[in-house]
Amino acid sequence: MQTAARTNPETSLSAADEARKLRIERLARATVDEMVQALGAIGGTPDAVNLRGPETGLVMIRGRMGGTGSLFNLGEATVTRATVRLASGAVGHGQRLGGDKHAARLSAILDALGEMPAHRTAVETLCAAVAVRIEMEDGKRAAETAATRVDFFTMVRGDD
Amino acid sequence: MYVAVKGGEAAISNAHRLLADRRRGDRSLPALSIDQIVAQLALGVDRIMAEASLYDRTLAALAMRQSRGDMIEAIFILRAYRTTLPRFGYSCAVDTGTMLVERRISATYKDLPGGQLLGPTFDYTHRLLDPSLLGDHAVAEGVQREPGTEPVMRVSDILAGESLIEMEEPDETDTLPGDITREPLEFPLGRDERLQALARGDEGFLLALAYSTQRGYARTHPFAGEIRIGQVEVEIDIPELGFAVSLGRVQVTECQMVNQFKGSAKQPPQFTRGYGLVFGQSERKAMAMSLVDRALRAEEFGEDIVAPAQDEEFVISHSDNVQATGFVEHLKLPHYVDFQAELDLVRRMRREYDAAQEIVEEMKEAAE
Repeated sequence: MQTAARTNPETSLSAADEARKLRIERLARATVDEMVQALGAIGGTPDAVNLRGPETGLVMIRGRMGGTGSLFNLGEATVTRATVRLASGAVGHGQRLGGDKHAARLSAILDALGEMPAHRTAVETLCAAVAVRIEMEDGKRAAETAATRVDFFTMVRGDD
Repeated sequence: MYVAVKGGEAAISNAHRLLADRRRGDRSLPALSIDQIVAQLALGVDRIMAEASLYDRTLAALAMRQSRGDMIEAIFILRAYRTTLPRFGYSCAVDTGTMLVERRISATYKDLPGGQLLGPTFDYTHRLLDPSLLGDHAVAEGVQREPGTEPVMRVSDILAGESLIEMEEPDETDTLPGDITREPLEFPLGRDERLQALARGDEGFLLALAYSTQRGYARTHPFAGEIRIGQVEVEIDIPELGFAVSLGRVQVTECQMVNQFKGSAKQPPQFTRGYGLVFGQSERKAMAMSLVDRALRAEEFGEDIVAPAQDEEFVISHSDNVQATGFVEHLKLPHYVDFQAELDLVRRMRREYDAAQEIVEEMKEAAE
């Protein structure tokens, strides 16, 4: 993981990269229960060799002055990452906020499975379910916030 | 002067065992779980994360439990822990403009795109103790309403549309910012390093300094242009893959303070800005940070430096509560030898004083 100053890379990703980016991001938000269940559906967790980690470290989170200006370092967050290789040779990466090594490893295994045509659908089903859950959580939160929106009204002054 | 002294091992060991006992307290009560602390003492957990400069709610809650609720002790423990972890890298800049907003208010515009969203706030509560919280009564869930479709526009973008506020744009090359966790502080600092220090600065200290600017010690004429709290994505480049991915979301509080004018022969007058960005839900800290940020920009705007809040070296050198507590609390460590030396000194001074007094007495007597 290297320094990245720009929020949005100028280059557009290929369709395959775009799909993998989305998959890794969904897996980063998947719970251990969700992942174990998905792995159960394809016959359990496959054997995987750890190429890196799982290991916990820090990522320095950056902000921008005034929200849009020059960069500054806001503070760090714990991040756990793992890279695994399956017997098929497929390599998977997993990383997420927090210190859960088991979860990071499972998400790396699922990313590798997503690279294999035989298991792609199962992994995509999991990712879709995670996306639906997040959308529901976000929707509930947004609706609760919306209920606290102030509706201003002006008192009519009786001076006519 | 430091001298190696041995002894006290048993006393220290027993003191730590007693600390653990007192921390647990009455065994007939259930122990606090980390999940309970994260869920029910959330703002305390957020303060620990912000001032430890480490976003991890579980570890912050653990630190709070371990420190028996002593916030600075908890911040200290979490700071110490972070030094044991490797640094994987730097994130892309978080985009607070696309934040999943849980609260957004503006004191400058009544009707603005996205509206005034109060969120879970203490504002407008009566600050009366609620006896129902002595027990464990059922609590109703929040009311829900269909959210609006218009984006929650930044207040600074509204003002920027008319060029009435200073622009905040990335510099040409998007220069990498200084990192005070990697290089020692060297004054004068850049605004980037100041903001990093303020983001981890002690809330009480920054609050007092911010208050001082309002009371006339460096007047900045502030308006709370916008305060927003919510979740932002943390993205990082993965070199193995060749693109950036999101690791998840963190909650932050942002404050855009709009301050009085600056203009020049070349530039028409416009509002200036103070900025606050803090981990978690921490509105007071974000507001205080933005007031202090603006006060510390005095030199940049050619203002007279007349007040403590404008003095960068004073503010930044004393804003870190881990450093501050370390130096204040070290006074309780054994200074036996230092004190012996001072005791000898004061005794010698007393002897000299007494001798001088005797001479004065003798001279008086001789004169009579």
